[in-house]
Amino acid sequence: MSNELTPIDDSVVPAHAPRATDVNPVSEKRAEQQVAILFGLSGVGSLLLIYSYIFVKDTVFIFIPIMGNQNAQQLGIGIGMAMSLFFIGIAAIHWAKTLMPDKEIVNHRHEFRSSDEDRAELVQTVKEGVAGVQLGRRKLIKRSLGAAVGLFALPPVLLLRDLGPLPGKKLEMTNWKAGTRLLTDPGNRPILASDLEVGSVVQVLPAVEDLEHRPLSDIAKDPVLLIRLRPEEFQLEPDRLAMTHEGIIAFSKICSHMGCAVALYEQTTKHLLCPCHQSTFDVTRAAKVIFGPAARPLPQLDITVDAEGYLVARAPFNEAVGPSFWERNSQ
Amino acid sequence: MLLIFALLAIGTTFSVASATVKETQSVLDRSASIEEGKQIFLKGCSSCHGLNAEGASIAPSLIGVGAASVDFQVGTGRMPMADMSTQAMRKAPVYNEEETAALAAYVASLAPGPAIPGESELNYERDGNAAEGGELFRNNCAMCHNFAGQGGALSQGKYAPTLMGVEPKHIYEAMVTGPQSMPVFSDKTITAEEKLSIIKWIKSAEAEPNLGGATMGRIGPVTEGLLAWVLGLGLLIGIAVWLTTRAR
Amino acid sequence: MTTTEKKIGTAANFVDERLGAAKWVKKSLNKVFPDHWTFMFGEVCMYSFIILLLSGTFLTFWFDPSQKEVVYNGAYEPLQGLKMSAAYASTLNISFEVRGGLLMRQIHHWAANIFMAAIVAHLLRVFFTGAFRKPREFNWILGILLLTLGLVEGLLGYSLPDDLLSGTGLRITSAIIQAIPVVGTYASFFLFGGEFPGTDFIPRIFTLHILIIPGIFLAVITIHVMLVWYQKHTQFPGVGRTENNVVGHPILPVYMAKAGGFFFVVFGITAFISAVASINPIWLYGPYTPGQISAGSQPDWYMGWLDGLVRMAPPLETHAFGHTISWNILIPAVIVPGIIFTGMALYPFIESWITGDKREHHLLDRPRNVPNRTALGVMSITFVMISLINGGNDIIATNFDLSINQIMWFSRIGIFILPPLAFIITKRLCLSLQRADRELLLHGAETGRLLRLPHGEFVEVHAPISPEKAYLLQSHEQLVPLEIEDVDARGVRRPGALKNKLQRRLSKAHAVSVPKVTEQELKEIENH
Repeated sequence: MSNELTPIDDSVVPAHAPRATDVNPVSEKRAEQQVAILFGLSGVGSLLLIYSYIFVKDTVFIFIPIMGNQNAQQLGIGIGMAMSLFFIGIAAIHWAKTLMPDKEIVNHRHEFRSSDEDRAELVQTVKEGVAGVQLGRRKLIKRSLGAAVGLFALPPVLLLRDLGPLPGKKLEMTNWKAGTRLLTDPGNRPILASDLEVGSVVQVLPAVEDLEHRPLSDIAKDPVLLIRLRPEEFQLEPDRLAMTHEGIIAFSKICSHMGCAVALYEQTTKHLLCPCHQSTFDVTRAAKVIFGPAARPLPQLDITVDAEGYLVARAPFNEAVGPSFWERNSQ
Repeated sequence: MLLIFALLAIGTTFSVASATVKETQSVLDRSASIEEGKQIFLKGCSSCHGLNAEGASIAPSLIGVGAASVDFQVGTGRMPMADMSTQAMRKAPVYNEEETAALAAYVASLAPGPAIPGESELNYERDGNAAEGGELFRNNCAMCHNFAGQGGALSQGKYAPTLMGVEPKHIYEAMVTGPQSMPVFSDKTITAEEKLSIIKWIKSAEAEPNLGGATMGRIGPVTEGLLAWVLGLGLLIGIAVWLTTRAR
Repeated sequence: MTTTEKKIGTAANFVDERLGAAKWVKKSLNKVFPDHWTFMFGEVCMYSFIILLLSGTFLTFWFDPSQKEVVYNGAYEPLQGLKMSAAYASTLNISFEVRGGLLMRQIHHWAANIFMAAIVAHLLRVFFTGAFRKPREFNWILGILLLTLGLVEGLLGYSLPDDLLSGTGLRITSAIIQAIPVVGTYASFFLFGGEFPGTDFIPRIFTLHILIIPGIFLAVITIHVMLVWYQKHTQFPGVGRTENNVVGHPILPVYMAKAGGFFFVVFGITAFISAVASINPIWLYGPYTPGQISAGSQPDWYMGWLDGLVRMAPPLETHAFGHTISWNILIPAVIVPGIIFTGMALYPFIESWITGDKREHHLLDRPRNVPNRTALGVMSITFVMISLINGGNDIIATNFDLSINQIMWFSRIGIFILPPLAFIITKRLCLSLQRADRELLLHGAETGRLLRLPHGEFVEVHAPISPEKAYLLQSHEQLVPLEIEDVDARGVRRPGALKNKLQRRLSKAHAVSVPKVTEQELKEIENH
């Protein structure tokens, strides 16, 4: 359905109204000067860049209103670069707008669809070419070709096998075992129960062989948060209560949602907040999820004290820490 | 002879007596401070905290919180609390230094608790290590107060305030006493030296100029994205409109 | 002939004797590109890409894509003596010890942000004006591909310095991959070379970021722009513009000067913003370790909407037969974006199915004349805005004294209620604008001047509109719903009755519009 008014002859474009620079030599001269000034400003920018790069020390700071103290070398190179680029552009655009020919012209569109003859000729060419292959007749070639191509597709996939080890049981293991001491992070100092006051929070890592070089992959699972409450503030099942020690409770610091470090402990409400997606865990109820997208509570670490009174783990975690995965048995 | 003996006796007795008076005077000074604090307490704090600072449903007990707690809460203006909404916020202190010290002395007299750190204990320039302090900060503080100490959100409208412009003494006291939602970081778990390192790092972050340009609050990608759209695209659209407009 | 002309002549002869391109070059130099400021968004994308290539190449001369542990002893004091990866240390080196290094880092990152913003603006322009219709559907799909690639490339790019903020983002990425049923853990272990974070990831994403994805970008952008060249750019309706022509300025000299100049403008503005505004101050974030986190951790804005969706997701997981399926991750991070991007890519075909329109279109729609499509677009924007707001809910809460829990509930409910509401309001607004256009065409513009007629009546004087404006106001087509009979000419029932019914319903909804002014009505008015 086309426009209801008479179609306009497409060679008729709106009448060309002259610009000031087309008719007035003074305007034209002024426009030329403006373009020249703009190119000049670009030159100034380039010089500012060169000067700042070579002569301004990187320890110099200057005060700019609103922005405060700024590094002079960085600012000089940056503003210089900005000016040198920007004004070339403005000069070129201003030149085009004011001085270059203003007339609009018309290109014609042609229908994209190929002519019927061209189509027929293409079909003929393809048919003749395919007939030369005669795959339908040559069944032996067809089958052996299929087999070769099929097998050929496997090596590229296979060659990538050593990109990584198989997961195995790795996601379910941490460095926490029965008797592992809890050490402060950082500092690696063992902790007595009496070191914690009510309302205290401590970040801990397990005591391992090499304390100075913990792999980051271990730090992605090992961190534990120790929190001390008054024993009567717990609302725990007996088996969970047995995993605490004199009001001290330990949870995996790695969020059960997507693995961020959960350590925002609100002393007044006894809630743990994860800053990534705002999952909120209730410490008094074994880190039960009370808000947010996390679906599981934080795993609790069974803690006690050793012969010298330092806090130790009584057993490894009884479930995998961190985010969920397909093979995770979450029951 | 008798006269010399009498003079000696009177002289010795007098000096002993005046020494006793001096001692009694400093004891009297301290107890005057405690008494002054008690009076201020009864007038300005007891309506929420109870006549004996035993606490009530709307305010916790102050028995055992120590002078440090009072110095922090009153010194930063958080107490007396202005409105009972989400949490006590920093504001202009109501009590001057002397009154704050008196209040602190009174509360400290109720039961042992954390003391106000002295000048020598707060020499973070000498005793602290900024790099180590940064690591400690990121481990223990950044999750609430943000990587640059600008503050952050807690649940239900509570917040961890900005650490910019806070006196080192108050930072120390907050770590030791764990005000409101903030947990307690006792000296056994973060040592005094480590606390000074944290303060040194906070102060260096505060003093550090914005090295790459204006930061819009050191908050991160949210404000950066806003600027890309508003300033970046905005300026470009402006130029585009100018570019495509016919010159007159 | 001048000396210059002689020299150019010799050179041209040299080339022509080997390539014979005179006809093609002449045609190209006379090629016309229509002018409208909204057509410049695509240019911003292209120029930002070039800026990214240039600034990125600079950075590769100093960046060390290794997760090997080093002890820092460079110029930045607050990190002296700390252990960190070589990637992070080399980024600190670029920022503080290479002159212009921090500026180049910032140009690269600001250009990336502007690139993505321009892609979105360009996408919206093409969508609202209907430039994706035949014959440009394939180019639209390429555009969606570029958008998706851009998201990934940006994520990989800002993760390269291995700082606390981007490392947290990688943690979340690994959790998403891990959550995929059956193959998730294998995929994650293969990508990271083991458990997260491993030591292979930064080098691998470096290869992806500087070689593979830019290579794909170059190829796809070339095809994308070549298609525009070959199919000619669309144009807004107006006097002298039809479906069979393109009106504008020729490439030589005007378009070349303006477009070339615009490249320098884009680069200049990017450099200016990079000189005065800080972006990604990694020295404040600290090196990445999985045990640390900052309050207010967000990805860059173009991923921020996904973060918002993840935050508002309900805590759903299925635990059965010793396995876990995390719906709370899969729905917001995999399934919903999958549906959105697939729907976007297929939209040209969906719309042509609804309207039954199989013709070529080279004249653009004014958005008000296609109320359904415009309303759909605004609805999608509303959806993304709510997700974005939720992605920054803790920043908003801190700075505006609100509660993250309240903002979360606003988003959870709003994401379902507000987009349909936006649809309804936008459709009504479009129809109102159509009615206003009709009034303008029939009665002219209201001047605000009152005239008292001899018999006492007050009338407002209307000024006639210009012929160009009048042409524009009726140049669009009347939308007509599809007519699909259930029974064909011979009385046989058509197959796919349900599909036809749906098509008819959608087509009818799509065609809701104010009737166009007819010739007859115009004539009547003239005689009035």
